[in-house]
Amino acid sequence: MVTVDKEMIIRTKNVDFFYGAFRALTDVTLDFEKNRVTALIGPSGCGKSTLLRLLNRMNDLIDGTRVEGEILFEGQNIYAPEVDPVEIRQRIGMVFQKPNPFPKSIYNNITFAPKLAGVRNNGELDTLVEESLKQAVLWDEVKDILGKSAMNLSGGQQQRLCIARALAMKPDVLLMDEPTSALDPISTAKIEELIDSLKKRYTIIIVTHNMQQAARVSEYTGFFYLGKLIEFNATEKIFTNPDIKQTEDYITGRFG
Amino acid sequence: MDEKRHTSAEYERELQEIKDGLLYLGALTEKALENGTVALLERDSELARRIICDDDQIDRLDVELEEKCIRLLALRQPAARDLRFITTAIKITGHLERIGDMASTIAEKVIVLNDLPQIKAYIDLPRMAQIAQGMIRKSLDAMVREDVPLAHQVREEDTVIDQLNDQVFRELLTFMMEDPHKIQVSLYIMQISKSLERIADHAEGIADMVIYMITGRSVRHQPTCAENA
Repeated sequence: MVTVDKEMIIRTKNVDFFYGAFRALTDVTLDFEKNRVTALIGPSGCGKSTLLRLLNRMNDLIDGTRVEGEILFEGQNIYAPEVDPVEIRQRIGMVFQKPNPFPKSIYNNITFAPKLAGVRNNGELDTLVEESLKQAVLWDEVKDILGKSAMNLSGGQQQRLCIARALAMKPDVLLMDEPTSALDPISTAKIEELIDSLKKRYTIIIVTHNMQQAARVSEYTGFFYLGKLIEFNATEKIFTNPDIKQTEDYITGRFG
Repeated sequence: MDEKRHTSAEYERELQEIKDGLLYLGALTEKALENGTVALLERDSELARRIICDDDQIDRLDVELEEKCIRLLALRQPAARDLRFITTAIKITGHLERIGDMASTIAEKVIVLNDLPQIKAYIDLPRMAQIAQGMIRKSLDAMVREDVPLAHQVREEDTVIDQLNDQVFRELLTFMMEDPHKIQVSLYIMQISKSLERIADHAEGIADMVIYMITGRSVRHQPTCAENA
């Protein structure tokens, strides 16, 4: 296991999570380093997406769920009663499996959330749109069609728009749940390249079924199985010489 | 690759094929070495010529094995132990190919020596050849059985070969100083001894890679200078 005294932006401490009576996560203790990419891997149903959704309180929206243990974001427990989940989701943004732009113009996709959050100044909104799209490496492709519907973009462009939309709220952390599983290899490569450039400013946590993707984009990898964190290590270590046999069996395809 | 098998039986079969190929290649090089000793002791130049001819097969197998490994790297994106096995296999096949070349070099020298008067009984050279053969076999056994202590044993045996090589050198030096007519034969014998010493180095190289394959840690290139330790 990695022992580090680096700056940890999110720490989970002995987290258990239940969907009703079903225990989806058991005693997960895991620290996410700031400005690094951490990948969560494991077979379907292992709890990796559940953990990701816990990190910005997305599971609050599902009835009958219960969290035990602590999830600290910059030292504060995000499940403390006084914490506003909306504010948490502003600082910890999320990108989903399928690109899900709003059926609005490209421009309005980006400004939707900032406007709700109270940004009214047109100049400020213009700057935000340009900055976000540039960071998502989409600006050059869409700068002349900002008024056109986002639904006309290709799948890969739509996903980068969703990333730009998340960035417009100036988050600290980006959660990505299988962000390229619906994309072709070229769009996937662009997103991966984007992840690499984004980590200078953001902390990225990515769930992926594509192990080569985890190997390519992340610095740290956590392997989950049956709701437990089996191994957390530097990605290079996981893919060349993991400490735990179960991890090795999974990443080499010896499973079941 | 014991215990759990791959979900893909085809992948499992391909990995096994590479392992079998390495063992076969190892057996061929051992045989070449053994024949070299026989050709020297029995002054059988015909057998020596066959070693040189048979090296073509070793070369061909080396290329085939390497291609299989590269193919698996490209198509299967192996990780962890599979990755270490395949990258190790590429290096092992290279070592074995070089051992084959050394056996050919020995055969060439034997052919020349067989036409010249014998100046001494060959005692150390067959011993070196036998130890080197054992090192090749043990290093590959260590790979198959994932046996780290056995691989370490191979590394230690290299020291014995080095000592024997020094001994041969000193002995031949005396011969040459005593009688300049023995210089030509002595030089050929020395080249054989040096080739055997190099073969042992390659066997040690295989053992090093096997240790890496099993443990994920490299034991190659221990510093020779105290100041670099």
